[in-house]
Amino acid sequence: MIRLSGLARAFPGPPPRPLFSGLDLSVAPGEIVAILGESGSGKSTLLNLIAGLDRPDAGSVVVDGAELSVLDDDARTRFRRERLGFVFQAFHVLPYLPVARNVALPLALNGVPDAAGDARVASLLDAVGLGDRAASMPRELSGGELQRVAIARALVHAPAVVLADEPTGNLDPRTAASIVALLRDTLKARGATGVLATHSHAAAAIADRVLVLAPDGLSPAAVHR
Amino acid sequence: MSASGDVARAVMRGAFGANRGRTALATLAIALGVGLGYAIQTVNRSAIAEFTSGMATLSGSADLVVRGPADGFDEAVYARIALDASVAAASPVVEVDARLPGRDEALRLVGVDALRAGAVTPALLGRGDSALDLLRPDRVFLSPAALVWLGLAAGDELAVQAGTSLATFMVGGTLEAPVGLRLGVVDIAAAQEAFGRLGRLSRIDVRITPGASVDAARAAIAGALPAGVTVERPGETADMAARMTRAYRVNLDVLALVALFTGSLLVFSTQALSVVRRRAQMALLRTLGLPRRRLAGLLLGEGALIGAVGAALGLVGGHALATVLLSVFGADLGAGFFRGAAPALDFSPASALVFAALGIAAAAGGAWLPAIEAARASPAAALKAGDDESVFGRLASPRPGLSCLVAALAIVALPPVGGLPVFGYAAIALMLIGTLLLLPRIARAILARVPQPRSTVAVLALDSLRAAPGQATVSLAAIVAAVALAVSMAIMVASFRESLSSWLDRMLPADLYLRSGGASSTGWLAPEDQRAIATLPGVRRAEFLRVLRVTASEGDPPVVILARDVDRASAADRLPLVGDAAPVPVGDAEVAWVSEAYADRYGATPGTSIELPIAGRAVTFAVAGVWRDYARQSGAVIVERGAYARLSGDERANDAALWLAPGASAGSVRETIERRFGPGRVTVASPGEIRAVSLAVFDRTFAVTYVLEAVAVAIGLVGLSASFGALALARRREFGVLRHLGMTRRQVGAMLAAEGGIVSAVGLAVGLALGGAISVILVHVVNRQSFHWSMDLRFPVAQLAALSAALLALATVTALASARRATAGDAVLAVKEDW
Repeated sequence: MIRLSGLARAFPGPPPRPLFSGLDLSVAPGEIVAILGESGSGKSTLLNLIAGLDRPDAGSVVVDGAELSVLDDDARTRFRRERLGFVFQAFHVLPYLPVARNVALPLALNGVPDAAGDARVASLLDAVGLGDRAASMPRELSGGELQRVAIARALVHAPAVVLADEPTGNLDPRTAASIVALLRDTLKARGATGVLATHSHAAAAIADRVLVLAPDGLSPAAVHR
Repeated sequence: MSASGDVARAVMRGAFGANRGRTALATLAIALGVGLGYAIQTVNRSAIAEFTSGMATLSGSADLVVRGPADGFDEAVYARIALDASVAAASPVVEVDARLPGRDEALRLVGVDALRAGAVTPALLGRGDSALDLLRPDRVFLSPAALVWLGLAAGDELAVQAGTSLATFMVGGTLEAPVGLRLGVVDIAAAQEAFGRLGRLSRIDVRITPGASVDAARAAIAGALPAGVTVERPGETADMAARMTRAYRVNLDVLALVALFTGSLLVFSTQALSVVRRRAQMALLRTLGLPRRRLAGLLLGEGALIGAVGAALGLVGGHALATVLLSVFGADLGAGFFRGAAPALDFSPASALVFAALGIAAAAGGAWLPAIEAARASPAAALKAGDDESVFGRLASPRPGLSCLVAALAIVALPPVGGLPVFGYAAIALMLIGTLLLLPRIARAILARVPQPRSTVAVLALDSLRAAPGQATVSLAAIVAAVALAVSMAIMVASFRESLSSWLDRMLPADLYLRSGGASSTGWLAPEDQRAIATLPGVRRAEFLRVLRVTASEGDPPVVILARDVDRASAADRLPLVGDAAPVPVGDAEVAWVSEAYADRYGATPGTSIELPIAGRAVTFAVAGVWRDYARQSGAVIVERGAYARLSGDERANDAALWLAPGASAGSVRETIERRFGPGRVTVASPGEIRAVSLAVFDRTFAVTYVLEAVAVAIGLVGLSASFGALALARRREFGVLRHLGMTRRQVGAMLAAEGGIVSAVGLAVGLALGGAISVILVHVVNRQSFHWSMDLRFPVAQLAALSAALLALATVTALASARRATAGDAVLAVKEDW
């Protein structure tokens, strides 16, 4: 599903600071991979490269059969819209839309009619435990609830890949545990591939495979489940 | 200074830095408002000062001036005054506007008795080679400005019109006169003889015996004067001129203040959006112990600082602008009150201080509501994301806005104060403020009724606006005010122009018009001239008009009497009457039709009677109707020419209206007239030409108004643009998320453009409605009370549609540009910023 080959990226200078080089990674369809690393190690950059939001200095990124480096900005945008879902550390739920409309946003952007999308939104909201909060505004929700909305939004259009960047970074440990469990369950239930960037071993524990990001690439890590 | 104070100031400085562009725009808007107001005030003050100084010079040491109608009064009055015990010296004067062949503007000629003028008005004595020249009937002494204007020097000849003939004088020398005043002085007897004023005087300058009471002398003189002749102190003439022009000047001042008000709204939106942006920072400061009052003080201080810098820039720019205005539009800014005057600009520290204070107050006023709101906000709530809209919670209650609108309705119809439509202006201000206070609520109501669009982009735009109408509409305040002003002025000017056009059609029914001169002109048509004109080949019918200027009541501006060949039976069809006309009395009763200005000033209504001074006697006239007169602001009365000639013995005329015989050509009749009277002696014009000139004068008068209007709209538009930019930048993270979710840059741009378009359409709709309401006040209250002109309300639909389309397009383009800036950055970085 995801194939990264000989990937290199540096923070632009001066002087440029290499993040990683010669990075290779293959993620199978339906697999969940967690990337562990210290702050500044390049985890988010790696996710951005997979999302087509950033371009590598060297190497190639193939996601769901598409070589992202040859696509222009519009094509990469369409690619993200159709095949990717995102979960952010700071939730990034639009404050002016009610919960259901926030979840339905990817469907609307993909031109799915409201009538067809409503059932999927309701199903996702039920799945994340917010079936009764569809009409609530984001300001009325707690941090954990906002992240559930984000997870529902990430999956509503049945993307091939969901990218989650520190999804528990703004949550207390108990809520964090429930959120990552929910993320795993919903991804697995829909057969979606997941890449999770985190510095939390607890969060990484839900993944099928855990890797550590270092300047010379990714290496397997052992985590306690 | 405490550490918390230092931190607070550092945060505020940071905010100024972050909002540099918007702060600069708000400062510029205040500068424009202050500059315009100060410039207009300076030009007006300079014009009045010049006029007053001119009057003072010409009045010399006179304590009193006896003044009569434009065609003069019996010189026997002079003998009575000169013999009064309290009068030390009296100088008789004949004053005329000498018509100069080939020139449109007349030369003011003053005839004095040199032996007497020396004791009262020495400035009116010419300086030439020989003192005896002052007594020679063929000599004229010209002021330096007149010499330059006419291109003459001592020894040259000056030919002026007398009736339809010419009278020639030799330039004997110069005359002390204020800069810019075009004036000539001749011997009084020569003036009387040359200009058909034998036995008549225009005024008498009087010096009172030292120690005598001027008031007592004035009362004694007044008691001995015939009807239509008044006695006043010299300064009162200048005061009267100032009063006559006051309504026009106040109107311009108010327009300039509207520009300042728009600037104040720009400060409001800048500060309100800045407070929204800094809400978390300020909450942090409050949490760290900064008192509410200090926070409010800092934010008010920001506003005041914008005002102070703006005011300083405005005063410097205003002075420069005043210089330009004076050279382009003249001393009266195009209105024609002080034609020919060329005053020097004078700097008034008091006026500068007043405008500086106004600028600072306007900016601090604009910052007041956001400052209070920021100080009152709960730090805990403010630190939470998504609380921004609560900043505008204070605007949620409809009560203050509705109270303003109700108050506006309650006071709008109150009578003028000192001739000024004070309550009309106040009602407009209240309507503006009331509507702006209700703007978020109105916007919410309009947005709720917008049908749900199909496109996702448009849906997002609408949802964003519906969820946060406060933030969107706060940026609209300035543009709503500016659009309302522009629309109301456009409607008022269109109403006025169309009413003027209809009025001209009604007043100019003949095929050709002939003019020899105005009320105090040296050009006139003698009875034999009139007979010649009436029997010219090609002329089927001729009507004549005698124009007089009289003082109807002491201290009041002069009233114009138009003695017309009007048929009292068909007058209602010929005159542009307003309201009901009274049945025209039959028999010998004298009849008059009064203008609206006269009716307003003296309370004359159809069926009542008025007194007019005719040939030194007060004559009673029955008022048969009130007519609309756009030509004379201080009042005019139409009387039958036959009755006037019978009462006064004056059979001269100033104007003629000619109806051509079938088949006769206007061109050939013009040529015949030219041959009969000589080139340039009379002015002949077709109704179309008079109409074109009148409308050109109208347009010139409103040129300054258009400029002020355009400035206010530009300020509003710039404000809107700046607000869009600030709002777009504040939402960069949102755009970043949307880009993550698959929205293209183009779609984000389209969303913001749609938001800009919707917000602008709301602003435009409110501005149009408010402008329409204000125009009704302008037409029926402000104009009526300021100038006594009624007019029919007309809506220039095409002009308003063009203005709306242009504003909508500009606002949308502005929003698009803001979107481009906001989405130009990295979507990844945008979502990394604190949410």
